[in-house]
Amino acid sequence: MKILVTAKRVPDPEQKVKVQGDAIDLSGMNFVVNPFDEYAVEAALRLKESSGAVDEIVVLTIGSKDVTQQLRSCLAMGADRGILVEGDDDSLDSEQTARIIKAVYERESPDLLLMGKQAVDGDNNQVAQLVAGKLDLPQACFAGQLELEGDASAITVGREIDGGMEFKKVPLPSVVTVDLRIVMPTAVKTAGSKDNQEYAEGPRYASLKGIMQAKKKKIDEISVGDLGVELEQWVKTTSVETPPSRSAGIKVESVDELVDKLQNEAKVL
Amino acid sequence: MLVKPFLDESHELFRESCTRFAEREIKPYAYEWEEAEGFPRELYFKAAKAGILGASMPEAYGGGGGDVLHGLVMTESLLRGGSSGVVAGLGSLNIALPVLLVLADEEQKQRFIPPVLRGEQIAALGVTEPGAGSDVSGLRLRARRDGDDYVLSGSKTFITSGAVADIVVTLARTGDHPHDGLTFFVVETAAKGFSASKRLKKTGWRASDTAELSYDDVRVPVRNRLGDEGSGFRAVMQTFQGERLGLAAFGHGSAEIALDEAMRYAREREAFGRPLAGHQVTRHKLAEMATEVTVAKAFNYLVARRVADGAYLPREVSMAKNFSSSVAQRVCYEAVQIFGGMGYMRETLVERLARDVRLLPIGGGTQEIMNEVISKMLPLR
Ligand SMILES: Cc1cc2nc3c(=O)[nH]c(=O)nc-3n(C[C@H](O)[C@H](O)[C@H](O)COP(=O)(O)OP(=O)(O)OC[C@H]3O[C@@H](n4cnc5c(N)ncnc54)[C@H](O)[C@@H]3O)c2cc1C
Repeated sequence: MKILVTAKRVPDPEQKVKVQGDAIDLSGMNFVVNPFDEYAVEAALRLKESSGAVDEIVVLTIGSKDVTQQLRSCLAMGADRGILVEGDDDSLDSEQTARIIKAVYERESPDLLLMGKQAVDGDNNQVAQLVAGKLDLPQACFAGQLELEGDASAITVGREIDGGMEFKKVPLPSVVTVDLRIVMPTAVKTAGSKDNQEYAEGPRYASLKGIMQAKKKKIDEISVGDLGVELEQWVKTTSVETPPSRSAGIKVESVDELVDKLQNEAKVL
Repeated sequence: MLVKPFLDESHELFRESCTRFAEREIKPYAYEWEEAEGFPRELYFKAAKAGILGASMPEAYGGGGGDVLHGLVMTESLLRGGSSGVVAGLGSLNIALPVLLVLADEEQKQRFIPPVLRGEQIAALGVTEPGAGSDVSGLRLRARRDGDDYVLSGSKTFITSGAVADIVVTLARTGDHPHDGLTFFVVETAAKGFSASKRLKKTGWRASDTAELSYDDVRVPVRNRLGDEGSGFRAVMQTFQGERLGLAAFGHGSAEIALDEAMRYAREREAFGRPLAGHQVTRHKLAEMATEVTVAKAFNYLVARRVADGAYLPREVSMAKNFSSSVAQRVCYEAVQIFGGMGYMRETLVERLARDVRLLPIGGGTQEIMNEVISKMLPLR
């Protein structure tokens, strides 16, 4: 079985955002792998380690040559091979991204396309759904739990919903996106999982050994042209405005005054 | 970044892993562990699992196969967790195991190194004694041969991780010659007659355990002797380079954090109607601090790069240690000054750093001993 994982480079969400004119100033920014994509890589590694059914984990990214570093860090975690589709990751919209991923999917024909539920820069949460639609594949988004069948013919996806978990069993191949909970200690199971097998919470660290091994792993570089994908811009930015700055709040003297203000000024009661 | 030419992608990726580890596994508990004067043993396991413990040790024994620069990057990044003591404690294996790499035979390396790199055992280096520190030739702890054993008696002091260690790589006297009478042994702390005092109370490095060790006729099998009798002093000299570069990295790493903290505070804190950074005195002070940190760091990277490439540079390594530790004193002192009263409070990171860096011109060869090494290599005669 082969798993294709997508990984996007995003500005490190821990750092302070600098705004230049009407856009975010990306110069001097530190970049990291989109956290949800990193969770997808972790989930793929857990599937591979416990099932014995996964032969290869391939990580796909779209971006400039600089993105190789983020790809390398996924390989250092333990993924087997990388694919870099050269493109401008800043200006791609969801539709364009989905077209590229579809084309790579068709070249690789994996058994599972595993993606982060969204990238934390644009927060669009659209790409996986678009890809599944284009490929006419089953989709299960926001996985908080995964359980792979023994014969790798299907995967059961647990999704958090109001008041509990919903479980969906989808045949493979299919498209699955992961949510934060997928990196909890017992979130990923396979027929080969030992009872009470627990992982450390969170995505694993790239060890120095893994980093050294990753140097030798293959990264295929492909251009959009090679894939035969047409990329007209679907989404155009017409204007960007900062939200109005918030005015200072007020202190009320009593509960009565609060109720009065909520009723008559804010009109929320 | 100025030091980029000395690094490759593997160092950058490793920095990411170490920084994350520090953020997640150390920072939230740093204050607590410093106050408690210790940290949980579990952290060794976690660091081992993350592939951070022993990153610079050879792969053949379970290490990461990294070079001196990976070690330097690791020290810098782990210090970001806010506890020098934790970094020193986790790092005691980096001063103990190199002795084995130099002296031990293959069987000994396979027996002792992998369990330490898996985080299952803790290793310490025992050289200093109550009666001898800088002057290693004055060591008195005796190892007397008795059949297939040696019997060790004497004491060691100021030993990092001494109270928690499972093995202490101990330098003992097997002959009367001041230098050629010294031999290393791996002493298992479970052995009868071995005991560690309670942790010594210190100015800084509080989360690390520093202990006095007592050897009361401890029997050590011959197979735990490292190298031939009399080979100890040479090994000390060979492994100093790594230890001293490590402490040099502690210096610029701590100073850099203090500088970052001071700059943040100078932007946020207001006095006389403007931020501290709006006062020229403060700005210039920060400019000097930044200059010193940049120069110390660049020199440390340069020397580390050369050492990683196989050079033997005792003079430059001593210079790196001395320069970096004196920069650390000044920068951390001034950072406290910029924080004012807040800089004197235990909850403030720069307060801790200022105490921690005081160790740097003392441990691993004092400032004066470093100057002795340097001056011997100057054309003065
Ligand atoms: C926190 C901490 C952790 C440590 N961890 C370890 C460890 O893990 N393992 C270990 O073996 N040791 C360890 N040490 C010991 C450390 O290496 C020694 O303290 C150091 O080498 C100095 O030795 P000393 O304390 O005996 O000082 P001394 O040698 O007594 O020196 C006292 C003073 O005299 C000066 N002096 C000595 N000789 C000369 C000279 N020839 N010319 C001019 N001045 C001179 C020194 O520079 C110093 O200022 C640790 C120490 C500390 C504080």
